[in-house]
Amino acid sequence: MKYRLVYFAISAVVIAAGVFSLFKWGLNFGVDFKGGAILEYRFKADVSEEKLTSLIESTKAQVASVQKTGNGSYIIRLSPITLEQKGIIGVLLEKNFEAQELRFENVGPSIGPELVKKTLYALIISATAILLWVALQFKSLKFGASAVLAMFHDSVVVIGTYSLLGHFFGAEVDFLFVTALLTILSFSVHDTIVVYDRIRESHKKLGGSVTELADKAISETMVRSLNNSFTIIFMLVALLLLGGTTIRWFAATLLIGTVSGTYSSPFVAVPILVTWEEIQKKIKG
Amino acid sequence: MLRLSSPAKKVILIFLLTLLAGFISLPHEFSLFGRNFTRPNINIQSGRFDIQKNLDLVLGLDLAGGSHLVFEADTSKLPAEKKKDATASVRDVIERRVNLFGVSEPNVQTGSFEGKDRVIVELPGIKDTKQAVDIIGQTAQLSFAEVKEASPSAILVPTSLTGADLSYARADFDKNTGKPVVSIEFTKEGGDKFAEITGATVGKPLAIVLDNQVISAPIVQEKISGGQAQISGNFSVDEAKKLAIELNAGALPVPVTLIEERTVGATLGAESIARSVRAGLVGLSMVLLFMVLEYGKLGLVADVGLIVFGVLTLALYKLIPVVLTLPGIAGFLLSVGMAVDSNILIFERFKEEKVRRPVADALEVSFGRAWDSIRDANISTLVTAFVLANPFDWQFLNTSGPVRGFAITLALGIGLSLFTGIVVSRNLLRVFIREDKITK
Repeated sequence: MKYRLVYFAISAVVIAAGVFSLFKWGLNFGVDFKGGAILEYRFKADVSEEKLTSLIESTKAQVASVQKTGNGSYIIRLSPITLEQKGIIGVLLEKNFEAQELRFENVGPSIGPELVKKTLYALIISATAILLWVALQFKSLKFGASAVLAMFHDSVVVIGTYSLLGHFFGAEVDFLFVTALLTILSFSVHDTIVVYDRIRESHKKLGGSVTELADKAISETMVRSLNNSFTIIFMLVALLLLGGTTIRWFAATLLIGTVSGTYSSPFVAVPILVTWEEIQKKIKG
Repeated sequence: MLRLSSPAKKVILIFLLTLLAGFISLPHEFSLFGRNFTRPNINIQSGRFDIQKNLDLVLGLDLAGGSHLVFEADTSKLPAEKKKDATASVRDVIERRVNLFGVSEPNVQTGSFEGKDRVIVELPGIKDTKQAVDIIGQTAQLSFAEVKEASPSAILVPTSLTGADLSYARADFDKNTGKPVVSIEFTKEGGDKFAEITGATVGKPLAIVLDNQVISAPIVQEKISGGQAQISGNFSVDEAKKLAIELNAGALPVPVTLIEERTVGATLGAESIARSVRAGLVGLSMVLLFMVLEYGKLGLVADVGLIVFGVLTLALYKLIPVVLTLPGIAGFLLSVGMAVDSNILIFERFKEEKVRRPVADALEVSFGRAWDSIRDANISTLVTAFVLANPFDWQFLNTSGPVRGFAITLALGIGLSLFTGIVVSRNLLRVFIREDKITK
């Protein structure tokens, strides 16, 4: 625990970058939150973004962006449209560019605020349940609270990084991002519990303070923690590179979360626990 | 006689289970060495038992193609206690309409969130959603009204005869003009009402009103007592068919509006599957390779366990059945990555323990010690999966299909990985390591 300050500093830098981006650029919300339409088409004829935009805007629909995907299709984002407009756009594109419709999403403006609320409820329930479970399991609030703080650390890292990805690469916040975020909460605690478990086991056998046992527990669990993260990272990298556009950002979010979760267990959760105990001792002493 | 130790028996049992699961996991039709095979479905009949099970993967809308529609029912004018009934009846009417429209295996559900009542409609394999939405979204409130001539304009006086008095409607052609019409037949009661009304309005127009719009107002020539009538408007054949479906299914008690639509073409779905399978195979090979490189013989055992895990999971998806979505596949792949975790925990422990005691003992001790961590760590993931899957349909949480798909496959994966990580690997190791007597 000598380098505790270094660990905290690394986390602080990553979080600061993310928070800076959050305040400067915010998050890039997708149609699930903002409302709007997404059309995905594949064309046999040659098209250009300008031609597509002017053709679609002739139906009085507002084009937000046109994006070419890796597999040769075009994703067109619009403000919400009526079914009549959608019908006309379909016919126009088919006639002019021999288009094939791959996907159509049209989300009304009322869905977004609901999704935000539902997400918050889900976050609160998961975090509380996990805090209670860890606290009960280790019969100590310290353990539960520090695990949840590490979990909070990971969420902030992921949200902040996603804001950067959104600004520079157009990653959108959709319901899959929310799903990934919740999954990361559990991953984060997963590793933390393994380290805590080691501390508890050594404590039973050898006794001593958490501070003394922490370094030992971390070095004993480090290899397994890294190895396990590697296997998860292999799967996620494969999904990220080969899985297609629909779940690319989902895999990316999980990947960032896994890396942050692996880091936060030994280098955030345990140092917080140790610091907590030291402060407790000082107060008592 | 050959006497088998207990772990060996278990290994044989696991082997047989895997074989069975492997059989279930096979695609319905496949070719091997240039020959084509067909996997039969379960069809057991014996006495009173009749078990039939289709062993094909159930694909969600985003993989098979189809349309997900959310309608909001306008229940704002109803008193609170009637809202639930109204939404349920909207659901029933929509379901009847969708069935009459000819969609196979539609899924129609109600949902509500903070006072807003919704009906969620899932239509697999539907490409032309406009037509479907037109049919579902129409209120189809049919009524008949007398027309009182009063200058400067005519006033409609509704009669007691409505769409509820219909027994049957059918798209038809007018015998004289050949134009598309909708033939209707009234119930006994409705027929009596109709006779009474037509008797009283001979020589005057009788307006046929659909959703507050007069579609025609023919002059009544004579009292009609047969309980049959014809609605003629300027219909196209499709419009007449649509109206017949709506009338047969009944009117919506409240108007609905479409607030969300997600449609995925079958092409994109098929591409998604192909990509996920490729990503999965690449990821899996990397995990398998990594385990062997890192743990040698032990890693090989973990790999066998992982393959058993994959086969069992696939079989379980088919047996339950789990509706597989794109995020669901991601959940499965993620659980593959996590499945070896219990093995890694145990092997790392084993490295420490084998210096202190004999190999076989070290193995048992490692399994025992690692189990606490494995259990505690996985429970937290199960908690999150529970919140995401929302199995009790709590309206304050997410009910979206893809998110649930992810949570369910992830939870199943974790559950099964505990089994394969502990039971399968443990017994495999007991049999092979002991008899192999590795002494390092």
